Amino acid sequence: MMHASMGTQGKRPAHLSQLLSFVRKEFRHVLRDRKTLLILFGMPVVQVLLFGFVLSNEVKNTQIIVVDHAKDQASQALIEKIKASHYFTVVADTVPQSGVAAAFRQGKIKAALVFPVNFQNDLLHDGRNTVQVIADATDINLANTIGNYLTAIITDYSRSQQPALAMPYVILPEIRMLYNPELRGAPNFVPGVMAMVLMLVSVMMTAVAIVREKEMGTMEVLLVSPMRPALIILSKAIPYLILSFINLLAILLLSTTVLDLPISGSLLLLLAESMLFITTCLTLGIFISIVTDTQQTAMFVSLIGMMLPTIMLSGFMFPIEDMPYPLQVVANIVPSRWYYVIVKDIMIKGAGFSAVWRETAVLAGMAAFLFIVCVKKFKIRLA
Amino acid sequence: MSVLSVLLKKEFRQIFRNKTILAISFVAPIMQFIVLPLAANYEITNINLAVVDHDRSDLSRQMIDRITGSGYFRLVDYTASYSQAYALVESDKADLILQIPNGFEEKLQREKVQKVFIAVNAINGMKASMGGAYLNSIIASFNRSIVLEAMPTAAPSGIMVTSTAWFNPDMNYKLGLIPGILAFLVTLIGGLLSALNIVREKESGTIEQINVTPIRKRDFILGKMIPFWILANVVFTIGLVLSYLLYGIVPQGSILLLYVFVAVYLVAILGFGLLVSTYCATQQQAMFIIFFFVMVFILMGGLFTPIDSMPGWAQVVTQFNPLAHLIEVMRMVMLKGSSLMDILPHFLAIAAMAVVLNVWAVLNYRKTS
Repeated sequence: MMHASMGTQGKRPAHLSQLLSFVRKEFRHVLRDRKTLLILFGMPVVQVLLFGFVLSNEVKNTQIIVVDHAKDQASQALIEKIKASHYFTVVADTVPQSGVAAAFRQGKIKAALVFPVNFQNDLLHDGRNTVQVIADATDINLANTIGNYLTAIITDYSRSQQPALAMPYVILPEIRMLYNPELRGAPNFVPGVMAMVLMLVSVMMTAVAIVREKEMGTMEVLLVSPMRPALIILSKAIPYLILSFINLLAILLLSTTVLDLPISGSLLLLLAESMLFITTCLTLGIFISIVTDTQQTAMFVSLIGMMLPTIMLSGFMFPIEDMPYPLQVVANIVPSRWYYVIVKDIMIKGAGFSAVWRETAVLAGMAAFLFIVCVKKFKIRLA
Repeated sequence: MSVLSVLLKKEFRQIFRNKTILAISFVAPIMQFIVLPLAANYEITNINLAVVDHDRSDLSRQMIDRITGSGYFRLVDYTASYSQAYALVESDKADLILQIPNGFEEKLQREKVQKVFIAVNAINGMKASMGGAYLNSIIASFNRSIVLEAMPTAAPSGIMVTSTAWFNPDMNYKLGLIPGILAFLVTLIGGLLSALNIVREKESGTIEQINVTPIRKRDFILGKMIPFWILANVVFTIGLVLSYLLYGIVPQGSILLLYVFVAVYLVAILGFGLLVSTYCATQQQAMFIIFFFVMVFILMGGLFTPIDSMPGWAQVVTQFNPLAHLIEVMRMVMLKGSSLMDILPHFLAIAAMAVVLNVWAVLNYRKTS
């Protein structure tokens, strides 16, 4: 009624000032609760930094056991070679073979290396012999990597012992690792962890925003105010968007300086994409907040319901293209799956917008869709 | 004792009254437990390969056929130049580039040694090193076969390596993952339920009412913990049954041992939840704190990346990570058939954590109430 009398010109500023005053109110709510604020600021930054250091698939100082039935020069030389690499630590050698199973069961070792009797003699007389690598395959990743590393060391040693004469033709593969020559964990895991942490934190921040008002009864007050649903939703999201932006800056600063992971592409583009992603996730949180009745339900949905799927379906732990088709479809509705690709492309590969426009469009579509659903659902509750 | 049983009745009634919470704390984890292991697939069979064949000889074609015929690689494109192939890597269409130099076949005959160039997208170090290793071994076996063709008398020479995978001979990735996922879900549910419950009483003010009754702290806390302890054990049992029904995993070791360990473990985790709740004023804070720690527990738990690969200080930190102990013990008992003596160090660590966390929580609870 009031708006109509103000005419079409006054309408927009009126809404804008309404929105601003509501944003101010929400901000005050967020800022007043110092403890929560500290958690919201510190947590994502600490997590990204911590996981950036910790996550890696490198093999180093992995404990192995050597069963040397031969105890001759050749086997000793090879064992020395393996000891000299920083990949493996030989915790014991020359045990009887029966000790291997016990060592595995106690979890002391990850692999065993078995030299046959007459190791050197066989090599001298037949020109060949065999070493057995036994790996603890309860962790397949590690078992595979250990197998690859040990094979490489042994083959290398074998080649150095008997130069080209044995092979009339030699094809030498020369491998170059692009983008990440030292095969560090960080270039893969930091974008993944960023996507995962930002998504879960953003969703959890807004997931309780509206349902808390419902639970406390303050929702009624909000509903009788002249605020439109869209504006209420916006005013709930904006303080958290700003907060997330500050977190994002801290994360990027730390990953550049502490994790030694420079931003190869455009910083501005990365920031813009990140804000889009955070907006999508905040809207998802608000959606959860609108469809649930209690804070606890909202928290259960956003934490128990989303944590493991986000870790496993973002694509940085398990490549999405290797998943069964139905699961690929499910992965596609996880926003962090798209943001992970965007961060990897811009930050690590240094790609521009033309490389990530598809992912951007998907995220924007998700945000728009969720926002519309939120406004619609919100109206139903008004009626 | 009767006070405790009355409290237990109250807690159970509250838990069963809220059907939504009950459904989420059972259905969501079980669904995830059924579906998510399917995501884990490291049998890499879809490595996208771009080939730059400058030679276009019989030999180079044979080698490419051998590689694409191996089943690990998918030929995306033959490109005329390296830079075109590199563009494919940049746009994520190719993971690997194989470049065969000009005059490869001819020079191999003449000079005996020829290099081929492989470039790998190494952002995902795991996939890159596996892809590189596969390609290496295929080229080596191709090399051996052309040597045999040229000199049928030449026998393979040098030190051969045979690999054996113990405890999981089919190298089934899911086998190692499933016990870990079950451990994670039990931890998340136990920790979150116990942390949120007491904070909710604080937030809604009902804790004041309990504080003025003659209910002893001990009974109050036990009344909170026992229902969640039972719930978490039910989830754990459902998980064990499902891992047998769906994936055929039969615990190699003693099931009793597994339950005894989980019983103590849950006391530690519920104590942790209780501790968090004593420090928090709102449910939101408790949720964020639990999220923070559970995330640290799982990512530093040795499930997705090995603990051995972490920096030294982080390996020390994992000693204080209860989930790391549970994941290790689950793998040891379920897959390797480890005995009580084998898992004793983990058992002692968890028992110590259970005592410390609960004592700390109770002490802190007294102070604040």
